[in-house]
Amino acid sequence: MARVLPALVFGLLAAAPFLGLGQGWAMTLLARGMILAIAALSLWLPVGGAGLVSLGHAAMLGIGAYAVVVLDDARVTEALVVAPVAIAAAALFALATGAVAIRTAGVQFIMITLAFGQMAFFTAASLSAYGGDDGYTLYGRSTVAGARWMQDRLGFHYLCLGLLVVVFLGIRMLLASRFGRVLRAARENPLRVEAVGLSPYPYRLVAYTIAGGIAGLAGFLLANAAEFVAPSFLAWQRSGDLLFMVILGGLGSPFGAVLGALAILALEEWLGHLTPHWRIIFGPLLVLAVLYLRGGLVGLIGARRG
Amino acid sequence: MTVQLLLVQALNGLQFGVLLFLVAAGLTLVFGVMDFINLAHGVQYMLGAYLGASLAAATGSFWAGLLLALPAALACGLALEWLVFRHLYDRDHLSQVLATFGVILFLNEAVKVVWGNAPLQVPTPDLLQGGIALMPGLQYPVYRLAILLAGLATAALLWLVIERTRVGALVRAGASNRPMLAALGVDTGRLFMLVFGCGAMLAGFAGVMAAPILSVEPGMGDTVLILAFVVIVIGGIGSVRGAFLAALLVGLIETLGRSLMPDLLRLFMAASPARQTGAALGSMLVYIAMALILAVRPRGLFPARAG
Repeated sequence: MARVLPALVFGLLAAAPFLGLGQGWAMTLLARGMILAIAALSLWLPVGGAGLVSLGHAAMLGIGAYAVVVLDDARVTEALVVAPVAIAAAALFALATGAVAIRTAGVQFIMITLAFGQMAFFTAASLSAYGGDDGYTLYGRSTVAGARWMQDRLGFHYLCLGLLVVVFLGIRMLLASRFGRVLRAARENPLRVEAVGLSPYPYRLVAYTIAGGIAGLAGFLLANAAEFVAPSFLAWQRSGDLLFMVILGGLGSPFGAVLGALAILALEEWLGHLTPHWRIIFGPLLVLAVLYLRGGLVGLIGARRG
Repeated sequence: MTVQLLLVQALNGLQFGVLLFLVAAGLTLVFGVMDFINLAHGVQYMLGAYLGASLAAATGSFWAGLLLALPAALACGLALEWLVFRHLYDRDHLSQVLATFGVILFLNEAVKVVWGNAPLQVPTPDLLQGGIALMPGLQYPVYRLAILLAGLATAALLWLVIERTRVGALVRAGASNRPMLAALGVDTGRLFMLVFGCGAMLAGFAGVMAAPILSVEPGMGDTVLILAFVVIVIGGIGSVRGAFLAALLVGLIETLGRSLMPDLLRLFMAASPARQTGAALGSMLVYIAMALILAVRPRGLFPARAG
């Protein structure tokens, strides 16, 4: 079950527009879910893969989104230009802040990434040329090689799905490589990794930078999905939400991040229809999930198989 | 910018600092002694404010409200410990973060259901109305001064308990090396409950005192929580002395940064960009300070844990 689950979920997402989920609101929700899944995957790499718990990940997403804003304001809307810029900007931010943050560990790492995230948040809020606190509405979605198929609901749906699959497979390949093995070994026991003559620091920094780049891609998609970007994209609560998706899904496998993102979004949507005070149900559910769902959603499925 | 204004802002900063200390003290002890990350500590502060506000309104007296809110906050803290937190002590930090976040969501929403979305106003008690002239041309509200003094007194009391009593020695021993303390025959479960209850009560106390000067609203605990985490990380986890100094530092940086930065920048740039950049830079200053301190001393200024 755990082996075929990713293929099953991706297949369902591909078929969703033809399974009665083709209406506007459902497609919007699905696109949002897949983008958040990419974002959660990018956070899974440092958290689950390298053991670096970041509470500033929304900043990378936000930087990707603001790259779209800055270029949109300069009338550059070609995705083949915008997306690489968004990815590079977020990766650069990750590289610069990671170089400092990875010197610490544990809760200090959580706090220092939070600090960098807050700096990015307040910077975004002060960008009066791009709406400041109120945010910025894009002129329109990016074009791909001049074509406007990101405007098309189905086109955008399959673009998000395709990128999600590519990111998921890429992270899995990265983990299976020599690089990934060093990363995981350093998560389990950094001392032993040093004892065999490897320094964890550069491996962690590269992983953190890659995570930043992927988050920048998610930010690019998020800006295009909403056609609107605001500093609240970078708020620390957003970083928290992403972290909860990753933890709820399960740290044992990158697919946990995808499941966590989709599950939390679906649960929010469903409970939101039941009552405006849906958090009063959602909060205790989270507590129960932690107490009884050890290993996250992925662990639940794995346990049932065995 | 006059000297008087600077002094007023400095006093505001110190007063905010002692409030932060009351929240951070419980957080750092819970973290230091039990190795338990309690994100829900901020909502204890919010609960304190709400309990104080409604009890004060019910009894018609701020003081009665304060006196009743303290045991109520203690009871809430112990109930949460019994219901949720005690099942999380032997779990990893990520599970604790997720579960306590669930508690935050629940309590923030529960407060909206019980008291509504609108902020509650709490009148300043009659005894502490008005201002006092600290020096010619410098009027300062009596109530804010009272918060500062009450906070300092609580800090002194806490210091006495922790440094000079048997219970305090156990708490310090727990923060330094918990397995050793348990091996020596101390019932750490009971110690945890005591520390937890006191932490919740201190946060609640801060909430009640802040109620007349800040608006009492859902989510008011979140901002305080983040700053309290900044405080305990700067101060060194588990160290009450570190938390005290770091709280004053953070309170001062936060208040002075936000009020002075725009004026400071106006010396170098035009008025309008100075206001914007200054506001952003002022808000960022606390985090810049934390990043710098952690880059130089990754374990904070006064780490409590041995080794």
